[in-house]
Order: sequence, then structure tokens, then C-alpha cells
Amino acid sequence: MTDGNGSGNGGGLKLRERMSDVGTRIRESQTWGSIFRPGSPFRAGYSDSPRNRSYVVMNNVLYHLHPVKVKRHGVRLSYTLCLGGLSFFLFILLTVTGIFLMFYYTPSAEAAYADTAALSTSVTFGGLVRNLHRWGAHFMVITVFLHMSRVFYHGAYKPPREFNWVIGVILLLLTLLLSFTGYLLPWDQLALWAVTVGGEMAGFTPVFGDQVTFALLGGVEISGATLLRFYVLHVLFLPFIIVIFMAVHFWRVRKDGGISGPL
Amino acid sequence: MADIPDELLRRSAAARAAAEGVSVEDILARWSGEAPAPQAPPAETAAPAATEVTPAPAPAAAALTVAEYAKAAAEASGMPEKLLMRSAQAKAKAQGVPIESVLADMAGLPDPGSAPAPAATSPTPQAAPAAAAALSTEQYAKAAAEASGMPEKLLMRSAQAKAKAQGVPVESVLADMAGLPDPGSAPALAPTGTNGTTAVATAPAPAPAAVPAGPPEGVRTQRLLTVVQADAIQQVKAEPTDKVNVWPHLLAVEFVALLVVTAVLIVISVIINAPLLEAANFNLTPNPSKAPWYFLGLQELLSYFDPMIAGVLIPGLIGLVGLMAIPYIDRNPSVRPADRKLAIMMFTFFLMGAATLVILGSFFRGPGFNFTYPWSDGVFFDDLKDWLE
Repeated sequence: MTDGNGSGNGGGLKLRERMSDVGTRIRESQTWGSIFRPGSPFRAGYSDSPRNRSYVVMNNVLYHLHPVKVKRHGVRLSYTLCLGGLSFFLFILLTVTGIFLMFYYTPSAEAAYADTAALSTSVTFGGLVRNLHRWGAHFMVITVFLHMSRVFYHGAYKPPREFNWVIGVILLLLTLLLSFTGYLLPWDQLALWAVTVGGEMAGFTPVFGDQVTFALLGGVEISGATLLRFYVLHVLFLPFIIVIFMAVHFWRVRKDGGISGPL
Repeated sequence: MADIPDELLRRSAAARAAAEGVSVEDILARWSGEAPAPQAPPAETAAPAATEVTPAPAPAAAALTVAEYAKAAAEASGMPEKLLMRSAQAKAKAQGVPIESVLADMAGLPDPGSAPAPAATSPTPQAAPAAAAALSTEQYAKAAAEASGMPEKLLMRSAQAKAKAQGVPVESVLADMAGLPDPGSAPALAPTGTNGTTAVATAPAPAPAAVPAGPPEGVRTQRLLTVVQADAIQQVKAEPTDKVNVWPHLLAVEFVALLVVTAVLIVISVIINAPLLEAANFNLTPNPSKAPWYFLGLQELLSYFDPMIAGVLIPGLIGLVGLMAIPYIDRNPSVRPADRKLAIMMFTFFLMGAATLVILGSFFRGPGFNFTYPWSDGVFFDDLKDWLE
């Protein structure tokens, strides 16, 4: 500051002032105001008041997910451990990383393994994204399961929430199916034989055993057709179904009176 | 009750006491939740009302001039004197009373035009019906038009129609509209029309006495009419719950949780690579062949039971149908852990069993799915291959 470079210093201050002036003008512009609805903390003139705190949620797409206020005990981390929210977040993370992986993957018996191997060697961040997708998927199975346990221990499946518990069990099943269908896609020995074992288990279904296996594998045994089938189930059909069930699940949480408890 | 100013409460209590015919103390005691006080001496009960009713000595007031009245009214209401005068003139004209009466009313002083002192509650007596009876239909129509602000012609037509429909003389209807006593009614009934008495010169006698120092007519202010106890009209069944704003309290927690999980995932992804073995080969069966880890509990069960039981009954009936049926089987309405020992015990048993089976299948099963110890024979769990090597 005192090194004698007075003019440079003054110029810096001026620049900063000018920059903040530009920032203010952007925030006060009509375009900015059209993006962030009234009450948004990003809008010019936001102040922390109970009214604005309500608007942040009410005038936001979040209002489909959260009410303006929740019971105080529901905010405590130790009550929910955020498990349901984290399951949803992991689903989003898996969607994003999964879309990235789809750019480099061909669901055919000839190309699948080479494409998967190439992710780690010739795609920028390809290995990291694949790792995120894989570990994220395992995480999601765990968080969904723990979320279910949490809900049980809080008795949160009791009236009027019985049916939301049923939807939750369906979501658990769909999560497992998503993970299982994704398991085959690298088309390596681990994938092939794990799915073989899984397919055999499905074949134990009484009466329809053979038909279930046939529908699942797209044939009497695993082949390129199975790979394509699992791919379509994994990236299109099951996400589509699970999003519908998630929407109903979240909606019912709100309609059934928000978070359960306190105990 | 605590939030209501003392003075308002007293006034309201006095009104209620007058309406129910009990003492003010009783009313107050009832509102404060106590048993009614033993009958207090009547002089005592009458006191608060009385003090409010007669604010100034009447004879002194009678001697005041218009200007003095206006000044007093302006002081009482806080309005500029000029505006007040104009308003009083208009009102006096509309009601057909002297301007002094209106001003006195506004100032909260006793009406100079009214009968001597005890104007308070006694209805201004007889003279009225006699005077009223002497009026003609035209006069009634004029009075009614003045009172309502409607054109006289319209009013007459309306009154005629109404009179025909009800089968009463037009004069009665008009008198009703003008707020005058019904000329057709018997003199005995006259006191009911206490509010407007003499024909054109209606004397609004008791008004100022009832509401001391009230705001002038036309100035709308809040007024406590009565105190209604909340439980009489509202039945609040739900207990008020302690709530907090989602923003920032919940959203901040969620955002931090999301960041922590992302960070942990990235760290794990940097350290441990996802497994990728040799390319799929239908002719080379690895030993052991294991399912994905979340199905390893079932695969473990398959080594104990018949496939029908381990592959279908247990996962299908217990795993899916059983889980879905929990809310319909467990009819215990309580959510307190102390009341649900059996349910908690059973679910914990299920969780422990599932976890044990998965861990056994993952780490304690080697070639041929035979039992091994991970610390002596190595781990046969390829999901964590990169990390275990």
C-alpha cells in the first residue's frame, strides 16, 4: 500500500468500485429480475426477514419439495441424517455422470469392454467419472436401505403414511434393479458372471421361472441381446419409472403432513 | 385477555354487565377465570359506569356557545376546528338538530338541547308520539328522504310498494325509514323509539352519555365491542408445533450434507478404481462366481436352503411383500420406541440377519463358494479388487 505506487493503487480502487457498480447494475436489471423471482436471495435488495425467508421457498421450484416451514426436530441432522435427500441427490449425481458415460459407450458385445477400458485411458476424467458412477451407485443402495431403516425406527410408516412406505419399498426394488442392470454393462468377467448368478436366481421363480429368465436376458442365456436389453433398462426404462415413483413419494411426504414425529 | 388495555376491558365489562344484568365484578371475575365474586354492594358495581356516564356537570355545559363547543369537540377528537365545524353543520342539517347538540355530542359533553340532567338512560318521554302523529305523509316523506339521502319521489314509490305488501299505512313505512316513531302504533310503545324522538327535531339525547369523549361521527376508529373468549367460537384441536423456516435452516443442512457426500465420493473415486477384469468370456467361469454384493446375502442363503426357499420365498415374501405389508400388519399407533419393543426387535433382527448374510457372502466365501477366512485365505470380493490388492 505504501510502496509509492500511488497511481496504480488508486486505479485498483477505481476498478473495484467500477466492478461493484457493474455488479449492482446487473442485479438491478430487468433480465436478472426475470430469472430470480421475488424473494430470491440473489435479487437486489434481498434482506433477511421472515417474509423473505418464506418467499425464498414459496417463489422457488423448491416449493414442490419443501414447505416454507418444517417442524424444528426435523432439521436436526440426527433425526433423518439426510438419508432420503441424499438418496435423491445421489440419483441426480448418477444421472449426470451416467449421461457423460453414455457419450463413450456402445452397448454391443464387441465394443462394450473396449469402450469401458478406454474411459480410463483415453477420455479426460473418464476414469474418475466412471468411478464416481460406480461408487455412487453403491452409496445409493446403502442410503436407500438406511433411509428405510430410519423410517422404520421412527415409526414413520404409520397412518397416514402407510402407502408412502409401500412406494418406498418399490423405490428400493427399483434402485436394486438399476444397480443390477448397470452391473453388466462393463462386459467383463465380473459383470458377466455376476449377472449369470443373478439370472439363475430369477429363474427360481415358481411357475414362470423360465419366462422370467427369458424376458430378463433376452434369450435363454446371456448374449449381446442381454447387454442391449440391460442397457436400455438401465439408461431409459428404469430411470423413467423410478422418477415417477419418486415424484409420488415426495408428493406424499408433503400431503401426509411432512416429516413424521417427534417421537 | 392480558393484551387488552385495562380501560377498554372495563368499558366492555360494564356493557356486558348491563346487558346480562349482573355486576361488573362478576363479569371481570368470569373473564379472568375466577369464580364470580360474592355479590358486591350495588353502589360499588354502579360506580365505574356512572363515572363514565356523566363526564361534566350539565348546567355548566348548557351555558356554552357554539364556538366553545367547537373548540371542546376539536380538542376531544384532534381534528382541526374548521373541518369539525363544517362536518357538524352538515350533520345538524341532516338530522335537523341544532348545531350545539352535534358539537356537544362530538365533544362528549351533555346535549344542551336535551332535558335537564339525568339524560343518561331514561328514554325521552311522551311528547314525541303526539308530535309525530300530527305529521302529514308529505312531511314523513321529506324526513325519510333527508334521513336516507334518497330522492323523495323514489322513496315515496318504494314506501307505497312496501306498505301495500305489508298491509300497513304508508305513514308507518315512511316513519320507519325516517327513524321516527310509528304514528300508527299505540303511545305505549313509544319508548321503543328512543333513538329518534321529536318529529323533525330529533333529539339524540342519550348518545353522548353512553360513549364519553368518543371520536366525532364519520371518523372511523377501532372500537372494542365486547370480549369474546376464544374457546367459545374456536376449537383448536392441534397443538401448535415448533417450526422453523426451511430457508435457511433446512436448506443449509441439506446443502452441507450434499457437499460432504460429494467430497467423500470424489476422494473414494480418486483412491479406488472401479473394478474392470478381463473381457467377458463365456468359456471361462471364474471361481467363485459371485452376484453383486447386495444379492450376496441371497446367494449365501442359496448355500443353505433349497432354491425354492432361498431364491423365491425369502426374498419375495419376506423381502418384498413382507416389507410392503409392515404398515398394515403393525397396527400399534404409537411411535414411541418404548411402546414398540417387539417391532423394533424384529426389524433389528431382520437388518442384522441381512447384514450378516451379505458380509458372509462377500468376505467369507471362496472358491466353490466354500467357507473361507479372509485373513488366512484372502478375500474373494472383486468389487473392491483395486483396493484390496
